[in-house]
Amino acid sequence: MMEIMEGSHAVAEAVKRCRPEVVSAYPITPQTHIVERLAEFVADGEMESDYLTVDSEFSALSACVGASAAGSRVYSSTSSQGLILMAEVCFNASGMRLPIVMSIANRALGAPLSIWNDQQDSIALRDSGWFQLYAEDVQELVDYHFLSYRVAEDHNILLPGFVCFDGFILSHTYEPVDIPEQDEVDAYLPPFNPYQKLDAQDPISMGMYATPDYYMEFRYELDRAMERASRAIEDAGQAFGEQFGRNYGSLVEEYRMDDADTALVAMGSICGTVKDAVDEMRAAGRKVGLLKLRSFRPFPKEEVAKALDGVSKVAVLEKNISPGSAMKGAVGLEFKDALWKTGIDVYSYVIGLGGRDVRKKDIAAVVDLAERGSGDMFYGLREELI
Amino acid sequence: MVDTSLELFGCGHRACGGCGPALAARLILKGAGANSIVVASTGCMEVFSTPYPETAWEVPWIHSLFENASAVASGIEASLKRQGRSEHVLCICGDGATFDIGMLCISGAFERGHDITYICYDNEAYMNTGVQRSGATPYDASTTTSPAGKESFGNKRPKKDMPQILVAHGAPYVATASVAYPNDLMQKVERAVNTPGPCYLQIHAPCSTGWGFEGGKTMEIGKLAIQTGLWVNFEMVDGEIAKAKKVVRKPVDEYLMAQKRFRHLFKPARNEEEIAKIQAIADANAAKYGIDIKPKK
Repeated sequence: MMEIMEGSHAVAEAVKRCRPEVVSAYPITPQTHIVERLAEFVADGEMESDYLTVDSEFSALSACVGASAAGSRVYSSTSSQGLILMAEVCFNASGMRLPIVMSIANRALGAPLSIWNDQQDSIALRDSGWFQLYAEDVQELVDYHFLSYRVAEDHNILLPGFVCFDGFILSHTYEPVDIPEQDEVDAYLPPFNPYQKLDAQDPISMGMYATPDYYMEFRYELDRAMERASRAIEDAGQAFGEQFGRNYGSLVEEYRMDDADTALVAMGSICGTVKDAVDEMRAAGRKVGLLKLRSFRPFPKEEVAKALDGVSKVAVLEKNISPGSAMKGAVGLEFKDALWKTGIDVYSYVIGLGGRDVRKKDIAAVVDLAERGSGDMFYGLREELI
Repeated sequence: MVDTSLELFGCGHRACGGCGPALAARLILKGAGANSIVVASTGCMEVFSTPYPETAWEVPWIHSLFENASAVASGIEASLKRQGRSEHVLCICGDGATFDIGMLCISGAFERGHDITYICYDNEAYMNTGVQRSGATPYDASTTTSPAGKESFGNKRPKKDMPQILVAHGAPYVATASVAYPNDLMQKVERAVNTPGPCYLQIHAPCSTGWGFEGGKTMEIGKLAIQTGLWVNFEMVDGEIAKAKKVVRKPVDEYLMAQKRFRHLFKPARNEEEIAKIQAIADANAAKYGIDIKPKK
């Protein structure tokens, strides 16, 4: 049933239907409405979860590690500084192959302090071994939670995952959204069946110490699992589409890419603005399209190359900055790598950091820059401040 | 009743000869029993007991990070509760993981009232990384980051009073023990795991390598700490001192002289002033916990 709902509350409704046995979270703007709503569900007996109000994000994810290892489906949510405080635990959780799902309300990192949106936080954890999905709108945001648990808990995958969504832009926006019924979710997402767990009847040791003779193979297996996750996400997205009519069977989404000469690339809510801008540019006779990236990790190298076959310019909109990197942004590097043999020009544009608004005219201006061969730069700086 | 014949900590691990913490692990598991899940912190015990693919642990065991054992245990306890399971959840962590880097997680776990038992094996420095000082290092002990030198007598600060910090959290059972008194240790573990709520046990676990004594003297050193009043074995129940081991106290000299970490207090010359300060620490311990037995004439 379609309802008008705030993004954060929609996430809470989705999480409730995923039936996590343990929720462990610490408040941080702009994630708070999720954890507040979950606390209400527990307080009203609508959700049968143990809800841990912990002392820090670090403890929040650490408790998830314990609960997951003990055999429970777990949930947490955070943002920005909170995610960075969790960084050590993030690497640890993936190393132990614990299928934790966490919602990330994407927010800038200080200094200077900013509560507003960009994607620096999750992108900074690019190499932490969590898969990362980015939602364009509240509906995708809701659906990605069901999908993520299904992928994470697949015994062929066993990886933790981030469901990333732009802070305030999605977390605090009311949109029409279809929240599936509980029995529909149950049909899609079976109860958690841990691959292994801490159990006095069958003792195992987890998180052991590995000498140089053993360590590398653990990391190799982690990478292999991430490679397999591409297919698992597609399959889970396809199955979701068959059951719910919203198909996420590809890690990328093409928008007006037929005969496009210049392709914009973006992740998250900015894709909505880009689609409108593309429509306007198309109406003006410009051959422009959008390639929306749903999954940053695993990075769908082959799908990207296929979708961009035939374009001459790629303009990657980056809500992150990798200071000192060749292209400024971290996402552009992936595209440059995927396309390096093709001769397609790939440019990064660092845009909208710390919540700076990005409008249709900005998208059009980026296309102009790309078509002139100018890129790997910040866009939209206030020149008077520099 | 503790089944002392129970062996859940296997032999063949990589600890040094005479390792106090290894002995502590073996005794802890006798006290806790097989229906237990152990959460470890990074440190000596984790490294010497679980070199992949071998493990010394015959109970479920998990190590996540250095500083988060109590938070991991919180999650395990919550999960067990949801599943209707009954295992005891124990943290077994070193003093660095407890007194220093893990304080936030411990405070949170105790404040939330999880039914866990947090056991610190206290060997009074960061031994795994090469004997650096921690908040548990005693006054004047020489470590690699608090070396005795021309202008230093070693560690400049007294040991942090960790048990009292956890008493202040409202922990129903807080106790100290020593590997040199195995029966007392095992009984305290048994009591802690069977007391609802977060309990804390701090175990004096002499480290022959870090403290500088022959591996065969672990029990002797442990006993001397008790006999001099530099370590007190006590129990606090609901915030009140319930029991403390009474002794006919010896001067601190005998304990100090037996360890290289205090050798600078005696060579090249006996440092009366510093030894008096350490004696004062023992005297204060004795007064606080009422441990003195007057010697018979």
